[in-house]
Amino acid sequence: MTATQTASQSNGAASERHAIEVESLEKSFDEIQAVRGVSFEVAPGEVFGFLGPNGAGKTTTINMLCTLVKPTGGSARVAGHDVVRERDEVRRNIGLVFQDQTLDGYLTAKQNIELHAELYGIESSLVPKRMQQVLEMVGLWERKDSPVRTFSGGMRRRLEIARGFMHSPRVLFLDEPTIGLDPQTRSSIWRYIRQLKEAEEITIFMTTHYMDEAEFCDRIAIMDRGEIVALDTPEALKARVGADRVRIETEDDEAAIAALAAKFDIEAQVAEGAVTFLVAGGEQFVPRLFAELGVPIKAVSVSRPTLDDVFMSYTGSTIRDAEESFAKQANKIMMQMMTGGRR
Amino acid sequence: MSATETAVAPAAPTPEVVRVHVPPRSFRSELRAMKIVWRRDLIRFRNDRIRIVTSLVQPLLFLFVLGSGLQQVSSAGTHGVDLKTFIYPGVLCLAVMFTAMFSAASIVWDREFGFMREMLVAPVSRSSIVIGKCLGGATVASIQGVILIALAGAVHVPYDPVLILGIFGLQLLLAFSITAFGVMVAARITQMQSFMGVMQMIVMPMFFLAGALFPVASLPGWLTVLNRIDPLTYAVDPMRRLVFDHLDVSAAAHKALAPGVSWWGWHVPAVLEAGVVLVLGLAMLGIAIWEFSAGE
Repeated sequence: MTATQTASQSNGAASERHAIEVESLEKSFDEIQAVRGVSFEVAPGEVFGFLGPNGAGKTTTINMLCTLVKPTGGSARVAGHDVVRERDEVRRNIGLVFQDQTLDGYLTAKQNIELHAELYGIESSLVPKRMQQVLEMVGLWERKDSPVRTFSGGMRRRLEIARGFMHSPRVLFLDEPTIGLDPQTRSSIWRYIRQLKEAEEITIFMTTHYMDEAEFCDRIAIMDRGEIVALDTPEALKARVGADRVRIETEDDEAAIAALAAKFDIEAQVAEGAVTFLVAGGEQFVPRLFAELGVPIKAVSVSRPTLDDVFMSYTGSTIRDAEESFAKQANKIMMQMMTGGRR
Repeated sequence: MSATETAVAPAAPTPEVVRVHVPPRSFRSELRAMKIVWRRDLIRFRNDRIRIVTSLVQPLLFLFVLGSGLQQVSSAGTHGVDLKTFIYPGVLCLAVMFTAMFSAASIVWDREFGFMREMLVAPVSRSSIVIGKCLGGATVASIQGVILIALAGAVHVPYDPVLILGIFGLQLLLAFSITAFGVMVAARITQMQSFMGVMQMIVMPMFFLAGALFPVASLPGWLTVLNRIDPLTYAVDPMRRLVFDHLDVSAAAHKALAPGVSWWGWHVPAVLEAGVVLVLGLAMLGIAIWEFSAGE
């Protein structure tokens, strides 16, 4: 066995067309339908993102794909293996980074990785080399002998990502990989993920509810109330909104909003201190705006739609509003999952 | 932050990626998983010196404070045998029990703090994890037992190789069974506070009923029944008989203090007593495995 042996040779099931194949996957917890028949495919080497508010069914979907939760309907194959019938095969081929911490704080970084290597049965002679590589990639090699309880939140996350890569999985699942981290740490985590992704031939499946992070994905599925409402590249999704975001600063915002509604039939609102609205062909619209609005404009800016706008156009609400209204339901589902998982 | 930022740049020209391979599940991979779960308990125990000391406090209080103090009022009844010598086997069992319970408690802890998931999604069977855990708890608890065995001389228990080996074997058996019991309970109880509460509720009555502090013959009827039901009785009694077999005491003292457990007048052999502890331990291990695998 050579060190450079490829993952696809070693971990069975040679070359399948899709890294992940999901067909009408469903999951109900008693009367609550957390996932209502989602279907999609992820190509090998792709970074695929699930975007949606908390409680939209992202984590439940990820848990089904990594064999932690049994689906109540439909089917899914990961790395060519069925998640229900070939659970062990799936587990050997995937890496996981959970939303919540799963490190042993009393062990050092090195011991945590070693424990993982033993649990996954990695050939002992390769463990030190591989460990050095993954720890160097996340910039933790110098700290390998420190107990994990002395690590910051960002360092722990990086260690978990390194651990997820440790056994050369073919598909890496990242469930909200940067949740609860400050923006600076979040962007460094992303740099590490992209770097690892370039070094290894790996498919990444991630969930997030940060719009800016979804931009890192090759394709995004927007999930709302247990269903996929849109699935495409970030660019295509934004283009499909077919409108630009225009922000104007005026002397009288109320009058400006009323005038926009009356003269252009545009629904505008005040966001972050400026009147904001979506309109097709934003640049062409600006001259008309100045000519016809009738309310003095102090400043104007036109920008391409963000994924926030995309989310809004598909679900009719911002991700934050959606989150609040689902908070209760999400709680209920989580409670059931936790009690269910313990039995 | 800056230290980590600078670390990013030189890592970029990765020479070649070391690829590893996760083999299919096999007996060997299960053994490795078992071994690492076992080793994790040892590493944690070694790093946790405070726990080693604190879990010794209570047994030492029992042995030297209670033992020395009560000697004043009990000397007439002990036929000249030091009370500390008499309660030594029981106190050793208590120390082992506490440590084993704490080891099992880490399962509850692991679940509360997420580490459990790391073990549960690994491509190994859950029985390997449970068995590794029980062996880990047993090993750690026996280390605690060995510290008390080392103190044998201080309570007039001779350092006889046969005796020491016998005590060691019995406390190892007890350590395993108690860990299995703790893991079985931990599969059901998911909060640390409730787990510790349940353990407190079980450990102290078990300790008192087992005859750790009194001879098990000529007890009131109700206490005899409870004593014979208490599994800990079958760990303390053979150990005490072993100690008294190696003491230079009168036959009367031997008969009064280490009469041995009897069932309806039948004198239970020490080997059978140890067997009871072993069978109960294995049964609880089986239930623990079943409980953890049922969630799959």
